[in-house]
Amino acid sequence: MGKMPISLIRFGEGSFWMPAPASTAAPAVDRVFDFILYVSIFFFLLIVALMLFFIIRYHRGRGVEAEKTATHHTGLELMWTVIPLILVFIIFYLGFTGYMNLATPPANTYEVNVVGQKWKWLFTYPNGHVDDNLHVPLDVPVRLVLTSEDVIHSFFVPAFRVKKDAVPGRYTNLWFEATEPGEYDVFCAEYCGTSHSDMIARVIVHPPGEFEKWLQDASNFLERMAPADAGAKLMTTRGCKQCHSIDGKSNIGPTFLGIYGREGVFKDGRRYTVEENYIRRAILDPQSEIVAGYEPVMPTYKGRLKDQEITAMIEYLKTLKE
Amino acid sequence: MNGSTAVADNYLSHGRGFRSWFFTLDHKRIGVMYLASIFFFLILGGFFAMLIRTELLTPGRTIMDADTYNQVFTLHGAVMIFLFIIPGIPAAFGNFVLPVMLGAKDVAFPRLNLLSYHLYVVGAIFSVVSILLGAVDTGWTFYTPYSTTTHTSVVSMTLGAFILGFSSIFTGINFIVTIHRMRPPGMSWNRLPLFLWALYSTAIIQVLATPVLGITLLLLIVERLLGIGIFDPALGGDPVLYQHFFWFYSHPAVYIMILPAMGVMSELISVFSRKHIFGYKAIAYSSVAIAVLSFLVWGHHMFTSGQSDLGNMIFSALTFSVAIPSAIKVFNWLATMYKGSIRLDTPMLYALSFLLLFGIGGLTGLFLGALATDVHLHDTYFVVAHFHYTMMGGVLIAFLGAMHYWWPKMFGRMYSEKAGRLAAFLVFVGFNLTFFSQFVMGSQGMPRRYYNYLDRFQPYHVLSTIGAYVLAVAFVVLAGNLIHSLFRGRKAPANPWGSATLEWMCASPPPHDNFAEPPEAGDPYDLEHLVYDESIGGYVPRTAREGA
Ligand code: HEM
Ligand SMILES: [Cu+2]
Repeated sequence: MGKMPISLIRFGEGSFWMPAPASTAAPAVDRVFDFILYVSIFFFLLIVALMLFFIIRYHRGRGVEAEKTATHHTGLELMWTVIPLILVFIIFYLGFTGYMNLATPPANTYEVNVVGQKWKWLFTYPNGHVDDNLHVPLDVPVRLVLTSEDVIHSFFVPAFRVKKDAVPGRYTNLWFEATEPGEYDVFCAEYCGTSHSDMIARVIVHPPGEFEKWLQDASNFLERMAPADAGAKLMTTRGCKQCHSIDGKSNIGPTFLGIYGREGVFKDGRRYTVEENYIRRAILDPQSEIVAGYEPVMPTYKGRLKDQEITAMIEYLKTLKE
Repeated sequence: MNGSTAVADNYLSHGRGFRSWFFTLDHKRIGVMYLASIFFFLILGGFFAMLIRTELLTPGRTIMDADTYNQVFTLHGAVMIFLFIIPGIPAAFGNFVLPVMLGAKDVAFPRLNLLSYHLYVVGAIFSVVSILLGAVDTGWTFYTPYSTTTHTSVVSMTLGAFILGFSSIFTGINFIVTIHRMRPPGMSWNRLPLFLWALYSTAIIQVLATPVLGITLLLLIVERLLGIGIFDPALGGDPVLYQHFFWFYSHPAVYIMILPAMGVMSELISVFSRKHIFGYKAIAYSSVAIAVLSFLVWGHHMFTSGQSDLGNMIFSALTFSVAIPSAIKVFNWLATMYKGSIRLDTPMLYALSFLLLFGIGGLTGLFLGALATDVHLHDTYFVVAHFHYTMMGGVLIAFLGAMHYWWPKMFGRMYSEKAGRLAAFLVFVGFNLTFFSQFVMGSQGMPRRYYNYLDRFQPYHVLSTIGAYVLAVAFVVLAGNLIHSLFRGRKAPANPWGSATLEWMCASPPPHDNFAEPPEAGDPYDLEHLVYDESIGGYVPRTAREGA
C-alpha cells in the first residue's frame, strides 16, 4: 500500500517505475517524476504516521464521553494551506519547463511523416520511402509530423517519454533525440478499436553512419527484389495484413488465400471474378465495391501507392494459391 | 425523541405493495429504491470488472476475443460512471438523509424527486438495452470520430446517458431549493452539517455542468443519425472539439462524485473520533472552492491532443489549484482525530481507508497535473490506477462507509461488526493489490484499454487480477452481512453511534413523517451532550437519561 523510494534501486534495464531512458528528454522527465515521487512519499508517510499515532494513542472503548477540544486553529490551517501551495507551484514549474523542452524542437531536425491507421503505423522518409517501423539515427534530433487516416491514435514511445495524438484531418508533431542505439516499442495509446493493443511498431536507433545505409537499402527494394517478394513486403509495411489474412481465415476483410480468380458477390448483388483490374480498383477505390458480408471500412490508397507497387502486390497475390 | 415512536409506524411499514414503493413521494423510500438500484449496478459493473481482469491474466486470448473485451470494458466504465458513481451517494443517501438532517418532512419538490428516480430507471433501461442490442465498444468517453463510425449501438447508450443527466439535474435542483428553504430553526449556514454543504456544492455542479454533457451527446446522436458534420473530420467536423465538450462536463463530474464522499468523511471522522470536526469553515468553503475550480481544469485530459502549449500551461496551473482544497480537507480530518476518543467501528474503518487511498489518488494526481510527466503517463495504466484510487478508493469506499453508517437508521437493524470489519479489511487489501501494481505497469509504459500486452507486463497483471478476486470475496462478505442483518440483526437504537445531526433524533427506522414538528438544531458536531446508554446499546441526550 505504501510507496517506497524504490526508484533508487536500478534493476534490469530500467528502474522500478520507469523503463530505461533512451532519449535526451527522458532523464529530465524522470527527474520531475522523482521529485513528485519524493514529495508524495513524504506526505503519504506523514498521513499514515499521524493516523496510526492517533488511532493507537486515542483509541477508546464504546461509551466514552466526548471531550471538548479545539475546533480550529488559524495558524495550523494557514500552514497546511501555504506549504502545499508552494510545493504545487514548484511542481507546476518543473512540469512546465520540462514540457516546453519536449514541445520545442531544435533547428535542423530530421523529419519523418507518420500516419496512424487502424491498426498500423506508417513512416514516410524524406526520400519517399515508406516503412512500418521507425528507423532513426543516433544523436540526431528527429521531428515527427503525425496524422491519422481514420480515428484518433496516439504515438507513444515509453523509452523516450514522448506521446502525441495522431488526429485525422490535422497535423500534430513531436520530437526526440535518441541517445542509446537499440530497438524500442511504439504503442498506440489512444483507444482505436479491435486491434488497438496490437498497433505496435518499433523504433530502431542506428549507430552513426548506419542509418543512411539502411535507408538506401530499404528504398530501392522494388528494383532489387522479384515483384512478388516486393509485393509481399509491401503488404506488411502498408498494413494490408491487419485486416486480410493469408491463411484462409476471414478477418475484418476477406482472406487473400486463393484470391486470384476467386468468384463472389458484392453487397449490391453483382457478381465478380478477381483479376488484375479488380484488385487495382479494390486498392484505389475500396468503397465502390463491397464484398457481401463485409463492412466498408477499408481506407483508399489512392495517391499512396505507385503503379509499380500495385503491380508488385498483384504479383504477390497470384502466388497465394489454395 | 427516545425511540418510542418506532413501535407504531415507520416509513417501511407505511403502505405495502409495489405501487406504494414505485410511486411513493416519500424521500426515504425513494432513497432506498435508489440504493437498491445503484447497488445492483455496482454489482453488474463489478461483474464486468471480473471479466476484464480474468481476460488480462494472460496476454492474448484468455476467455474472450478482442471485440468482446472492448465491449466489456466500455460497459464496465459506463455502468460504473453513469449508473453507480455519479448518482451514488447523493441519490441514495442524499435523498434519504438530507430532509431528515434538516428536520424536514421531505425535500422541497417530492414529485420532482420521484420523477428523477423514474428517469434514472428509464436511462438505465436504455443502457441495458444497448448491451442487449450488441453493446458499445467506444470506452465510456465516446471519443469521436471512433464513436461516430463504429458499428455498435452508441445511440441508445448515449441516449441513456442523456436521460440520466436529467435525473441528475432534477435531483440537484431539488437539493439546492431544499437546503435554502427548509432549514429548521437554529440551523444557520454555519451550522449546516458538512454532508449537506457537500451535497449543496455537488448540486451546483450538477445543475450547471450536466446540460453541457446533454448537448454534447445530442450532437453526437445528430451526427450519427443525420450525418451532420460536427466532430467527424470526414464530414468537416472537429474531433478534438468533442473532447473539450466532453471533459467540460466530465471533469466537474469527478467532483460530483467526490464531494459527497468528502461530506460523508467529515461526518464519519467526527462521530467516530467523538470529537467536534476540526476546521468546519475551511472544510465547508473548500467544497465550494472545489466546485468552482472544477469548471476550469478540463483541458488537463488533453495535454497530448495537440492543444496549444499556452492552453496546456494554463490548464496545468489551474489543475494544481484544485489540489489545495483537497489537501486542506485531509489535514482537517486528521486534526479531528487528534485527542479524540477513536472507535474503530466498520464505518470508521472505511473512513480510514478513504484517507489512505484517496491520499494516494490525490498525490498521483500531481504526476498527471505536471505537464512533463503527464505526457509520458497519459492514457497508460497509471491513469487507470489514479482514477481508481480516487473514484473507487475515494467515492466507493465512502459509499460503503455511508452505507454502514446509515444502515441502522434506514432499516432499523444492526449488522455484525465482526463481519463488517472483516469485509472492510478485505476491501482494503484487495483494492491495493488490484490497483497499486497498475501504477507501476503504467509508468513502465503499459497503455490502457489493451486487450493484448507484451509479456513483460504479465506479472503486474497477474497481481492485479488476484487483487480483483480478493475484492469479489470482500463484496460477498459485505453483502451477506448486510442482508443477514435485515432478518437477524439486533434492533437498532435511534442513535447507535452518538451523532449529533438531526437524523439520529428520530427513531430507527424513521416514522413516515420524520418529525412531528421541526426539532431545534444546534451545532451538528457538538457531541458532548450525548451519552451512552448500555440498556439500548446507543446514545441518548444527557438530559433524557438524567430525567429518566
Ligand atoms: C488532487 C486532485 C487531483 C488531481 C491533481 C488530478 C489530476 C488528474 C489529471 C491531470 C488527469 C488526466 C490524466 C491524463 O489523462 O493524462 C486525471 C485523470 C482522471 N482523474 Fe484526476 N485528479 C485529482 C483528483 C481526482 C478525483 C478526486 C477524481 C474522482 C473522484 C479523479 C478522477 C479522474 C478520472 C476519472 C480521470 C481519468 C478519466 C479518463 O481518462 O477516463 N481525479 N486526474
Ligand atoms: Cu490507435
